[in-house]
This record gives sequence, C-alpha cells and structure tokens, in this order.
Amino acid sequence: MGTRPSSRLVDVIRKHESGILADWVKTQFSILKSTERLSESALRADCERFLPLLRAALQASGDEDIMTPAWDGPRDMLSELSRLRAKAGYTPSETAVFVMSLKQPLFERLRGEIGRDADTLADEVWHTTLLLDRLALFTTEVYQKGRDEIILRQQEEMLELSTPVVQLWDGILALPLIGTLDSARTQVVMENLLQRIVETGAGIAIIDITGVPTVDTLVAQHLLKTVAAARLMGADCIISGIRPQIAQTIVHLGVELSTVVTKATLADAFAIALRKTGASLARGSKS
Amino acid sequence: MERIPILKMNEFLLVSIQVDMHDRLAMTLQDDLTERIVRDRARGVLIDISSLEVVDSFIGRMIGNIAAMARVLDAETVVVGMRPAVAITLVELGLSLDGVRTSLNVDKGMELLRTALANGDGHHDDDR
Repeated sequence: MGTRPSSRLVDVIRKHESGILADWVKTQFSILKSTERLSESALRADCERFLPLLRAALQASGDEDIMTPAWDGPRDMLSELSRLRAKAGYTPSETAVFVMSLKQPLFERLRGEIGRDADTLADEVWHTTLLLDRLALFTTEVYQKGRDEIILRQQEEMLELSTPVVQLWDGILALPLIGTLDSARTQVVMENLLQRIVETGAGIAIIDITGVPTVDTLVAQHLLKTVAAARLMGADCIISGIRPQIAQTIVHLGVELSTVVTKATLADAFAIALRKTGASLARGSKS
Repeated sequence: MERIPILKMNEFLLVSIQVDMHDRLAMTLQDDLTERIVRDRARGVLIDISSLEVVDSFIGRMIGNIAAMARVLDAETVVVGMRPAVAITLVELGLSLDGVRTSLNVDKGMELLRTALANGDGHHDDDR
C-alpha cells in the first residue's frame, strides 16, 4: 500500500461531519452507558473537538503515519483524553473505544459515497482501518503510560510514608519499620536514619521491626548494614519489636545478631536507651 | 609535600582531615601519626573526618589500620563526624571498622576518649 492521500476520507468527513458525529457519539454512548461515568454532553464535546483535528491532519499529511508532525493535533488530544481516562479509572477497552467506534460511521459514509465500485471501497476502507487502528493503539499506549506513572508515583509515596524517623527523647531516635524490607527501601531507611542522626546529634537509635511481617537472611543483612552504618557515625542501635515467630526464624536461619542489642518490645529498648544516655524516669507520687 | 597537621592537646593527638584523602596522603598520615604517638607519648587519638566526602576501600582500610596501630602503641583512637554517605559507602564495601571507636562530633569523641582512658587505667591498676 502506498502513502496515497486519503482525499476521499477528507471529503467524506467534511461533507457528513454532523452525521458522523451523531452516529459516533451514539455508538460510544451505547457502549459506555453501562459504566455511568461519562455524560453525553462531555462525550459530544470531545468528539466535536477530535473530528476537525482528524480532518485537518489527514488533509495536511495525506497518509497514515501518525507519528509525523502533521498529526500533532490529534495525537495531543488523544494523549490528554487517555491520561484523563486512566486517572478516572476507565478500562483500556473503554478508552480505546473512543477511536474504534469511529469506524462504523466512517465506513457507512464511505460506502454511501463510493457506491458500487468495490475496488475503491475496499481500498478506502483498508486505509481508514489502518489509520484508526494506529490511533487506537496510540491511545492504549498513552493510557498504559498514564497508569504506569500513577503506580510509580504511589510507590514513591509509600516509600516516603513508611519510613518516618521520630525523636523519642533528647538523643534517642526511633525508626518504626512497617512492611517488607527490600534493598531499595533499606537504602531509603538507612539514609533517612543517618541524616536524622546528623541533624539531631542522637547517640542512640531504636529500630522497631514490629511491623515487618517476615525476616529472612536478606532482611537481616539489611538491618545489620543499617546498624553498622549508624555505628560508624557514632550512634548505637537497638533492634526492638522482635516477635516470637521472628526470633525462631532468625535462629533457624543462623543469622548472627549477637553484635546488636535486641529487645522484645520498644518499651524495653527505650528503657535501655534512657539508661545509656544517663536519663532516668521515676513515677511521681500522686497527691 | 602536602601533609595533614597533627595537633597535640595534653595527652591526646587531634587530626582533622580537611582535604580529599588520596592514597599517598593517607600513607604519610599513618607514618606521621605513629611517629607522633611515640614521641609525644599520646594516650588517645581523635580523627575528625567530618569534611571527608569521598572514601574508597583503601582509605577505609587505612583508617582501620591507623586505629589498630595506635592500639598497639597503647593509644585509643576515636573517629568522629563521619558523614552518612561515607558510612553507607564503607558498609557497602564491607568495611565496618569493628575495632574503631566512633562518635558523632568532637565533643562526644573527647568524652569517649576520656572515659575509655579512665576505664583503661583502672584495668591496668587491676592487673598490677
């Protein structure tokens, strides 16, 4: 197939613009109706914007290579639409239907125009299909990219959320870990903790692993690395919140934690930390 | 030739590394420091590395070696003010410097040296 100008399609769109628009909106709405997410007027506005853009691009470029600058208009509009739909929670097919449902009205009008000339009709239909498929694929690609961006952002947010370093006392920091520890998270945790040690001048850091569901050799290694790095900076670490199950696992795996002070609860660790800093708590008599 | 200055303060020696360490500089420091520990009969060495931004395995090992040599010469070593990035690098390199005392800043480092020396002296008295 050569890159022959689709002048026929341009003519058809210009001639039957309002008819195509009406059919197109109707087809889409009948498909999307069940999802109850879109109002007909909003859909119509989108379609009204897209059709002239498509026609202008067809006229300017004349072929189906939608990656050329001539197609900037439709591409930008489709990207925007896909991103919005990705954010609004549409499925990929609900997003692609925007372009796909344009086929039926266009084919009908082409048939009306060309009539009984089967060769020309088949040719025109082929070119139109090629074009619309490419546009639909592009839509899906952008949709997927939009979803990926959302996932990536959420992962980063979770990383930020899950590693707070809190100051318990003058010179005592606590790091309550929640969730599984992998290499990337350990890095963030370690950096956060060390940074806070520098900022606060804390001599003792309590790493509480109550919220860590499982401890395997890798997690233990990550923990030991964090402890070693803190020690190099001059801060002692206490690991607390070791559940009975985890204590068993650690021993069975043969992980050597003897170089680190470990405590069953954060309260015990805090008591030790207070004693080490020379502070003491006394229960005042209530009068 | 470039040298890292070593200051004497009572029975302690102070070393502040303010420039980027390179291998030759580290070797010179090792020579100078062992020399001075003997000459000044120093009991403690405080190495401030708060300005040190880049370390490699060689420099990491040199720090450990200097501390070990000082211990042989009966002087306690404390390394103070290590930056987070440096600490992470050393740990990733597998150098946890187990024999070296560390501290957050010079104040705490001096305190650590004094208590270490006080305890050490106590031990000597017990031995006799």
